[in-house]
Amino acid sequence: MRSFCIWFLVAGLLVLHQDNWFWTDSTLVFGFMPVGLLYHAVISFAAACLWFAAILLIWPSGVDQAASSDDPSQNKNQEAAET
Amino acid sequence: MDRGFGEQFGELIIISGYLLLLLCLGLAASRLFRGTRKDYLLASHSIGPFLLLMSLFGTTMTAFALVGSSGEAFKVGIGVYGMLASSSGIIHSLCFFLIGIKLWSLGRRHGYTTQIQFFRDRLESDRIGLLLFPILVGLVIPYLLIGVIASGTVIQTMTSGAFPELFATSNPATSGGVPNWLGSLATCLVVLIYVFFGGMRGTAWANAFQTIVFMVLGILAFHVIATQLGGEATLLENLRKVTSAVPENKLTRMEMSKMRFFTYLLVPLSVGMFPHLFQHWLTARSAGSFKLPVVAHPIFIMIVWVPCVLIGIWATSSLIPEKPPLPSNPNAILPFLVKTQTGPLLGGLLAAGILAAIMSSLDSQFLCLGTIFSNDMVTHYYGREKVSDRGQILLARIFIVAIVAITYLLSLFPQRGVFNLGVWCFSGFASLFPLVFAALYWKRLSKAGAYAAILTTIIVWSVLFFLSDFGANREYAVVIGWGGMTYETMPVATIFLCSLVAMIVVSLCSKPPSEQTVAKFFSVSSPLQGGLQMEGKSPTIEES
Repeated sequence: MRSFCIWFLVAGLLVLHQDNWFWTDSTLVFGFMPVGLLYHAVISFAAACLWFAAILLIWPSGVDQAASSDDPSQNKNQEAAET
Repeated sequence: MDRGFGEQFGELIIISGYLLLLLCLGLAASRLFRGTRKDYLLASHSIGPFLLLMSLFGTTMTAFALVGSSGEAFKVGIGVYGMLASSSGIIHSLCFFLIGIKLWSLGRRHGYTTQIQFFRDRLESDRIGLLLFPILVGLVIPYLLIGVIASGTVIQTMTSGAFPELFATSNPATSGGVPNWLGSLATCLVVLIYVFFGGMRGTAWANAFQTIVFMVLGILAFHVIATQLGGEATLLENLRKVTSAVPENKLTRMEMSKMRFFTYLLVPLSVGMFPHLFQHWLTARSAGSFKLPVVAHPIFIMIVWVPCVLIGIWATSSLIPEKPPLPSNPNAILPFLVKTQTGPLLGGLLAAGILAAIMSSLDSQFLCLGTIFSNDMVTHYYGREKVSDRGQILLARIFIVAIVAITYLLSLFPQRGVFNLGVWCFSGFASLFPLVFAALYWKRLSKAGAYAAILTTIIVWSVLFFLSDFGANREYAVVIGWGGMTYETMPVATIFLCSLVAMIVVSLCSKPPSEQTVAKFFSVSSPLQGGLQMEGKSPTIEES
């Protein structure tokens, strides 16, 4: 369920990225920030929040252990690298 | 015309000082060199979260991030942020999370240094390296050229007037400046020296330092230019005054095609296939080192791009002085504003910041190409057991010198459309994204399917590149008719789709990979048991 929620939100963020609603809006927020630019800056911030949630909720478990569980018989590259 | 020493040579002295500082940093990093190939190429997998963040960000933010973003905003307005920056904030982190962590884990487990090693093993094909090698190198070279040429342009613009008689030109914006060929040469030599001696550790250190430099100085440039153009008492008043003088078409995306904007989303997927990022991912100390880059990358992009886009649109405002006239080349807008709106000290520092952004990408690309040449071609075919560890380091260094020399020589030829080539390079890498994704998540990906994907990418890319007048037509788009309407799409959408379809169809119609390979890359103990999981199941698309 956690995975589904995160990937659903990522897809949602990609949909929100196509902001047709501010396409021709030249409003200056706070008197200096074009609303279309502010919207996409918020998208960047939302992306950071979403990826923070992703590492909290769906961080792949056991990757470090798997990375160190080497099988030398399968692996000539490793031998060469360690020479 | 008498000018003070500081005014005449200020920028030049600061730029020279900055380049010397970088050399010292690279040489300091080389003192920690352990003498092994793994240390030279992968910093012995010792890079922690902060250095990984800075080196990944510094590497992905090329000359285009500072110079190109302001130039594009000057031409097309604020839409450039959504098209290139916010999309990258989502997609780059997605690639780090889905591709980077898994490749790091597989690389650690099986001792990979380059992408080609991984694909040779995963696809059970030695010859896949021969096919991928020219493609990866061919797509990286124009990317390198952009950096080398941009560095020459920046140095010439920023030092204009320093040598009015020695380096006089017809263009007042560059006359008397250190010529392009000399600026590019100095940049190449500095990067070469710290990469040559420092290897991946020197590159990571230099990237971290340079990323801090260009972020801090970028914000400083934003503040100073706003103050100079606005002339009011506070920053907020200046921002309001300058932005309100910008034409309406630059404050919106009214001149931008919605479908092109949408299909541009595919371009940042190129990060998943960049060979230099693969090598950076492998330097991570642990999987946990990826957490900070995944989260902070979109914020860092925002910190760099928002000020640059605003500076770009300000250059279209009525507050820009008529003299000296704005440069015709949009990529010279930022250096020009820095030069004309700030003093020599700040101008020199800001020039160093722009060079920092350029060099932090060049170093990784030089190192990566040197690694690919020595590792995947010479050592692989000559026989790894016949070349000692030190011999492999020497080979990598020789190839790095050769690549720097070739890139520099290529940069001396007229490169009218080289900046236009950037998006074509990214499109090529992005169209190979299905291959790396399937290699990690789809057990059924076969050798034939991979060949089909690569060959389709080359063929469709070449046809569209030809139709775009070899990249010279910047407005080239693939027009699609649907329901009586026509839609302009970025070429990457067509190439990506063709590559994806060819890979799936041919994989399903050909012999699947051996059980041994599937077990090696998708077994229970393999690192491919995380990231893209649905309800705790295997992350692979096809269940075993």
